[in-house]
Amino acid sequence: MNIDLPILEIRNLRAYINNNEILKNLNLTINRGEVHAIMGPNGSGKSTFSKIIAGHPAYQVVAGDILFNGKSILELEPEKRSHLGIFLAFQYPIEIPGVSNEDFLRLAYNSKQKFYNKPEVDPIEFFSIIDQKLKLVNMSSIFLTRNVNEGFSGGEKKRNEILQMILLESELSILDETDSGLDIDALKVISTGINNFMDSNKAIILITHYQRLLDYIKPDFVHVMQNGKIIKTGTADLAKELETKGYEWLK
Amino acid sequence: MNQSNKILNNNITKLVNQPYKYGFSTIIEKDIIEKGLNETVIHLLSKKKNEPIFLLKFRLKAYKKWKEMSCPQWAQLKFEEIDYQDVIYYSAPKIKKKLNSLDEVDPELLETFNKLGISLTEQKRLTNVAVDAVFDSISIATTFKEELAEYGVIFSSISEAIHEYTKIIEKYLGTVVPIGDNYFSALNSAVFTDGSFCYIPKNVICPLDLSTYFRINDQKSGQFERTLIIAEENSEVSYLEGCTAPQYDNNQLHAAIVELIALNNARIKYSTVQNWYAGDQKGQGGVFNFVTKRGLCAGDSAKISWTQVETGSSITWKYPSCVLIGENAQGEFYSVALTNNYQQADTGTKMIHIGKNTRSRIVSKGISAGNSKNTYRGLVSVNKKAIGARNYSQCDSLLIGNMSNANTFPIISVQNSKTKIEHEASTSKIGEEQIFYFLQRGISIEKGIELMISGFCRQVFTELPLEFASEADRLLSLKLEGSVG
Repeated sequence: MNIDLPILEIRNLRAYINNNEILKNLNLTINRGEVHAIMGPNGSGKSTFSKIIAGHPAYQVVAGDILFNGKSILELEPEKRSHLGIFLAFQYPIEIPGVSNEDFLRLAYNSKQKFYNKPEVDPIEFFSIIDQKLKLVNMSSIFLTRNVNEGFSGGEKKRNEILQMILLESELSILDETDSGLDIDALKVISTGINNFMDSNKAIILITHYQRLLDYIKPDFVHVMQNGKIIKTGTADLAKELETKGYEWLK
Repeated sequence: MNQSNKILNNNITKLVNQPYKYGFSTIIEKDIIEKGLNETVIHLLSKKKNEPIFLLKFRLKAYKKWKEMSCPQWAQLKFEEIDYQDVIYYSAPKIKKKLNSLDEVDPELLETFNKLGISLTEQKRLTNVAVDAVFDSISIATTFKEELAEYGVIFSSISEAIHEYTKIIEKYLGTVVPIGDNYFSALNSAVFTDGSFCYIPKNVICPLDLSTYFRINDQKSGQFERTLIIAEENSEVSYLEGCTAPQYDNNQLHAAIVELIALNNARIKYSTVQNWYAGDQKGQGGVFNFVTKRGLCAGDSAKISWTQVETGSSITWKYPSCVLIGENAQGEFYSVALTNNYQQADTGTKMIHIGKNTRSRIVSKGISAGNSKNTYRGLVSVNKKAIGARNYSQCDSLLIGNMSNANTFPIISVQNSKTKIEHEASTSKIGEEQIFYFLQRGISIEKGIELMISGFCRQVFTELPLEFASEADRLLSLKLEGSVG
């Protein structure tokens, strides 16, 4: 791995869903050790952007490229992208009935182990691994026996996402409105978890509507997305400015 | 359909199009009665089997009834009318003389059962299961007969039982499923050729699981088998049934009857893993499966439990039922029915509460993929005298993809006020977003679906005997999730 290369480089990206152009010539470069925040009005293409990086099959990329550690990932299946270290914390984590959280987490962990030719772990070994991580997001082990996201409160779902991010040791984590629907205590817990997880080898993209999250996780850059492209880039101060002025003045 | 649905469906199509493993056929010299059905054929059939006169009368009476009846139309099934004159009603491997031991069974037949994973030879037998192997119209071999006889347990083909235990057969045959119960039971009663007979004497817990393996081999022949299980007071038995058929592009007819009788405090557990050939991806070929299964809890505190995993057949029409007559009698029905491509399943149960404080429990799990149709049809009926009766029903449907179809028709009829009925139902879907969630976490689509299916079926699989539970899991994997490990 060449550490001088950006972890993520998006070049002139154009993407469609059902014949609607939804990303229009998007460019973005993210280096290791950086936290980027992406803000913007509803419908500006933020969630779409995150799903396209993760390889959601509903979207068609018609032009441009996405380079992860210098290599194009456009042709890679979503699970391969995951193994390489791309993680998406979903805005609305889906419920999976009949599948226990523990089985799900273990399978995710073992799939990655297998990909890297490392030994898979049995349920007992796995418990000691996951038990450590649970503490980082202040979750009790009761969550392991419940079905994935089933009957979880909004905050519990979001914590479960962060737990998975920590477990999979992802290099590039995209957090899609992880702060929405959280009370202030939960926000603090999650932010602490994210800050402890972050280091100079990783990168994080925070998609958010609120300055509030950025008080806890300090971004190196703030981008404003509108109408499928990034229209302004600045530092943490830009977020504060947006908080008072809204998006209208940028037009 | 948008792009992502296409991708999802392509993936699922890839997964579900696993070849049918048991589609081979065996070439063997056969003794058949020319196709077609009339009184002469029945006389001939009865003569070939050297049957007592009561049985010939039974058959002729059934044939007469059947001719007056018509094929039921109420099920959610669509199929072309069956030409009953184009079916072979008797097809048996030619046997030159009476067999004295398994060593004399045609090696071709032993090999067929070996390929199906059922070894009939002494050395390789399943150690804890006695097997009766039925090939087209007749029973080929029954294992562990002597060992079971030491306990007084009778386990034999029904043809043999008709000769050796004529009195018992005459007394019980057709008492649980009467000749004229329905169109297919009348047909079966007229032309049934073989099947299994089990008799568990008083106070005996059957030391082995008993099992019958049904194989339809002949392209044109129907299979009409008949099973009768009698559990005397305080006895207990677990019975397993497995089925496969070769892959032909015409439809084969299978119309069976199973009758169970449990006396005071007796327990019968009947498990089926049905994997008849289901037809190809376009719906061509496959077995038409019309089965009447019914258990009679005749005695107090008797218990009958049906567990079925239905994965094959192009058409399934089957409602294993319990008639709860004895006080405190219990009936159970646990079912997983999986349909794919153009398969159609209309299956469920009937729980008839007649005795006081009778209890029943229904857990039905339907999985539909492809263009298939999966229907649960159930009846819970509580009679006036069934004071204190209780029923719990749970019917869950799981849809895979956008073209499949699930229906639930639960009927509840209660005639006394001291009854407790609970019914729960749910429908869920393995959708694109759930699969993407798995993929994003690095879990393959196969593993993801496997995990969801096995979670969905868990309640039923835990009811299966151990040997069958792993087979059922494997079978569903094969049918749906692909062989990726």
